[in-house]
Amino acid sequence: MASFDQELDASGLNCPLPILRAKKTLAGMSGGQVLHIIATDPGSVKDFEAFSKQTGNELMESKEEGGKFFFLIKKA
Amino acid sequence: MSNKKLAIIATKGTLDWGYPPFILSSTAAALGYEVQIFFTFYGLQLLKKNINVKVSPLGNPGMPMPMGMDKWFPVIGTAIPGMESIMTMMMKSKMKKKGVASLEELRSMCTELEVKMIACQMTVDLFDLKTSDFIDGLEYGGAATFFEFAGESDICLFI
Repeated sequence: MASFDQELDASGLNCPLPILRAKKTLAGMSGGQVLHIIATDPGSVKDFEAFSKQTGNELMESKEEGGKFFFLIKKA
Repeated sequence: MSNKKLAIIATKGTLDWGYPPFILSSTAAALGYEVQIFFTFYGLQLLKKNINVKVSPLGNPGMPMPMGMDKWFPVIGTAIPGMESIMTMMMKSKMKKKGVASLEELRSMCTELEVKMIACQMTVDLFDLKTSDFIDGLEYGGAATFFEFAGESDICLFI
C-alpha cells in the first residue's frame, strides 16, 4: 500500500458520516498530503468517488478487502 | 465549485423527516456548497437544544414494524397509545446499531460546516415558541430573508 500521512477509521459509520469525518480530517491537513480511510459502509465507495470529483481532492486508490473498504485521498 | 448554493425549507417535525435537511446540508457543505436552511412550522422542532421528535407509524403504511406488528394490528394498531414512543425508541436504537448519526450530531456538524440556519419568525410567534429553547447562532427572519439566498441558489428543496 502506498504511504499516507493520516488515517481515519470510519468503520461502523453510515452515510454521510464517513464523508463528513473525511472532510474534517482533510481540513486539518496540508495540500499534497494523503489520507487513508477505512470504512464499512458499502455506499462509501460511490460516495468517495463523488466527493473526490466535486472537491478536487484526488482519489488515489479505492479497494475492498475482507468486507472493508479502503481509500487513499490526496488533499488538493 | 465553491460557490454553488443549496437552499432548503424544512417543514417537518418528525424523527424520520428531520434527517434529510441535516444530511443533505452537512454533505453539501462538505462538498463546498454554501448552504442555508429555513425552518418553518413543525421544522422548528429541529432547532430545539434538546431535539424531542418522534417517528409515527400512524398513517405511514410504508413503515416496517418489528415482529410483523403491522400484520397483527392493521391500521388501528398504529393508533394504540404508546405506539409512537415504542416505535421511536426502536428506531433510535436501530439507527445507533447501524452507525447512523443522531439528529443532534448531524446538526452540530452543519453548524461546524457553517450551514446557515434561519428560524421562521412568524411560526415562532404563532406557536409561542421560546427562542431560549433553541440553539445559538440562529437567524430569525421571514420569507423575504429566505428568498435573498434561495433566489441565487443552484438547488432549492422543500422538505
